[in-house]
Amino acid sequence: MMRYVVGFLGSLLLTIAAYLLVTMTNLSGGVLVALIVALAIIQLVLQLVCFLHLGEGHGGRTRAYMFIAMAGVLLILVFGSIWIMNNLNYHMMSPEAAHKHMMVERDKGF
Amino acid sequence: MNTQAVSAHAERTQLGFWVYLMTDCILFASLFAAYAVLRDSTFGGPSGADIFEMPFVLSETIVLLVSSFVCGLGLLAARAGKRIATLVLFGLTCALGAGFLVMEITEFAKLAHEGHGWQESGFLSAFFTLVGTHGAHILVGLLWMAVMLVRTMRVGLTENTVRRLSLLALYWHFLDIVWIFIFTIVYLMGARV
Repeated sequence: MMRYVVGFLGSLLLTIAAYLLVTMTNLSGGVLVALIVALAIIQLVLQLVCFLHLGEGHGGRTRAYMFIAMAGVLLILVFGSIWIMNNLNYHMMSPEAAHKHMMVERDKGF
Repeated sequence: MNTQAVSAHAERTQLGFWVYLMTDCILFASLFAAYAVLRDSTFGGPSGADIFEMPFVLSETIVLLVSSFVCGLGLLAARAGKRIATLVLFGLTCALGAGFLVMEITEFAKLAHEGHGWQESGFLSAFFTLVGTHGAHILVGLLWMAVMLVRTMRVGLTENTVRRLSLLALYWHFLDIVWIFIFTIVYLMGARV
């Protein structure tokens, strides 16, 4: 029972923290993303352990391994897609879009 | 925690259901990947920052989180053989889940009414598909809950019923976990990044 309360209160805090980071602070893109993603992953682990009881019971080890395997596939799927599509976007740009892209990168200080 | 002994059959069913949940995660992963690729393809239409109402989304998120918590309590009651508590807690979970779904449908209807449907841009297509698929899963969960409530009322907390309620609870918790990432990656990142 306690673990459900802990999981719930922890998740609530993490959710509100992420929300406040986005709506109340003036943090920039990269730092902000890293923070809210970190908060999300902490909440994920909290809920996995407290609500889903990952790793516990008879088949607990098996389920945990399955989760890790799925997470691997997920990471390849998501980040692989982003990487490939980004690469395609870059290589297939029209001359006008390429010019615009270079201007943006110049303004960023590259 | 487990006041009822879990039989071998129940173990196998739990494992099988877990395999299903893992494949469902892959499904959502592909929808997230599509969203990540398309989030800047607004085609002259609105971006996330233009259409997301953050306080509303935060409320939605908290409603779903509370329902996940109450669901866990419901399962504890079921395992302890407390029938009335089980019915009340799962009933409450169902009500909160329905509240979440109503809020989400309101958001979608408002967007569609303003002309920002899924056909308007790649971003909106990806948004509606990802969030809509999650919503469809919620709907199925609500239907399953209704069936389980009727079953618990008629047949009581037999080993069979409790086993099914644990699977339902697993499913419901999993949906809240997916929502954590929709909240973070779609709404929080959409509003600012």
